[in-house]
Amino acid sequence: MKFVEKAQIMDAKAIDRAIARIAHEIVERNQGTEGIVLIGIRKRGVPLASRIQSKLKEFEGTDVPLGVLDITLYRDDLQQIGPAPIIRSTEIPVDITGKVVVLVDDVLFTGRTVRAALDEIVDFGRPRAIQLAVLVDRGHRELPVRADFVGKNLPTARREIVAVNLEEEDGVDAVSIGEVVEV
Amino acid sequence: MIDRKHLLGLEELSAQEIELFLNTARSFKEVLERPIPKVPTLRGKTVANLFFEPSTRTRLSFELAEKRLSADTVSFSASGSSMSKGESLKDTARNVEAMQIDIIVIRHRSSGAPHFLARSLECSVVNAGDGMHEHPTQGLLDIFTIREYKKRIEGLKVVIVGDIAHSRVARSNIWGLSKLGAKVVVCGPRTLIPLEVERLGVQVTSDISDALADADVVNVLRIQLERQESSLFPTAREYSRCFGITRERLLAAKKDVLVMHPGPMNRGVEIAQDVADGPFSVILEQVTNGVAVRMAVLYLLSGLDTGDKLE
Repeated sequence: MKFVEKAQIMDAKAIDRAIARIAHEIVERNQGTEGIVLIGIRKRGVPLASRIQSKLKEFEGTDVPLGVLDITLYRDDLQQIGPAPIIRSTEIPVDITGKVVVLVDDVLFTGRTVRAALDEIVDFGRPRAIQLAVLVDRGHRELPVRADFVGKNLPTARREIVAVNLEEEDGVDAVSIGEVVEV
Repeated sequence: MIDRKHLLGLEELSAQEIELFLNTARSFKEVLERPIPKVPTLRGKTVANLFFEPSTRTRLSFELAEKRLSADTVSFSASGSSMSKGESLKDTARNVEAMQIDIIVIRHRSSGAPHFLARSLECSVVNAGDGMHEHPTQGLLDIFTIREYKKRIEGLKVVIVGDIAHSRVARSNIWGLSKLGAKVVVCGPRTLIPLEVERLGVQVTSDISDALADADVVNVLRIQLERQESSLFPTAREYSRCFGITRERLLAAKKDVLVMHPGPMNRGVEIAQDVADGPFSVILEQVTNGVAVRMAVLYLLSGLDTGDKLE
């Protein structure tokens, strides 16, 4: 099994612009940054959330709290994936009750990760609102979930794979589309 | 990842597997600090707690861990069950399993009882203490607690004081700690130290001040007063005078020594009142950590499809 890249969709510049736009939209939608808590979904939502946080600091001069969510314990496919996956830490630094939580993830696909994240978030408190920011929306939803802030809408076939690489995790910034082929 | 269906002892675990249990327990400790300290992970799984021997702490801790993971639980204790009507262990367990149980947690006075069940049943088996053999979740929670305070295990001097011969806690601690590179010293009256215990890689002494010198951790075992009748030690007072952990004796240990006890304590016998409640004591922290560690164990074992994987 091997990932074969068909096309690069975004380079480092494009990713940076998309994140900047998302940050602006978050400010616009919420009329500022008051009460906003950014929460990145492991794994690549975490560096993205942190980048949005820096943009908000740059544009508005405010420090927005940043949290990390590991949704493993809330997955709906635990029975199917064999050996128990490793659980990484969840860190929610502030009480989220009454706040506006902006969930951040790299790719929105079936919507199941977001479902798990929503369930986990409400166990931490009752936010005033939960919004969703994703770098790529590739379609093929299996649940009624939609994103509030989208970096790029990318029509895909179901069998295709969208690979998001980020400097912090992968050493390079790039979004590409490809397929897994048998070798 | 853990490719294991049962947790029977720390003896058969690799250092990496022990680390995985400990790291997973850290994540569960965070879960326990949440406003709603419960996750849906084991929804639909059923755990049976079979306690053929009395236990308060371990049993409550397992039951709580199961509930925090959203598993369904059934519990039974030996008194008042059909065990007292002469049913064999295997029959009892097979009947329990026939009720679609995914995990059996067993405490039994005979060493090897969990291993026997693991061989004869399809479901996962967790050893919650078998005779004088092992008590792996206690071993893991002791190591977890040490690591939480000391940030490491390797190179630490850990002293286990008391009735080593009859203690499953001692054995699990010895296996686990030495695999992770701690220096383990056991100390107690000669009659309560098993022959050839050195072969497990521990140092043996009957001199308490020797044992405590520069110790990082002292794990004080419960002295079973019943043993007095079999003349293994003369009196509780004499035991206390020779091996009781007092404030004065602890002066020989490191300044930040940790004092642990698996409970239940005989205050004033193996551990002095002011040590049990003193600044070095992490005894209640051990109890708190026990739930997180047991959640980690149940979670990691349950991830496997039962049946087609080898132990």
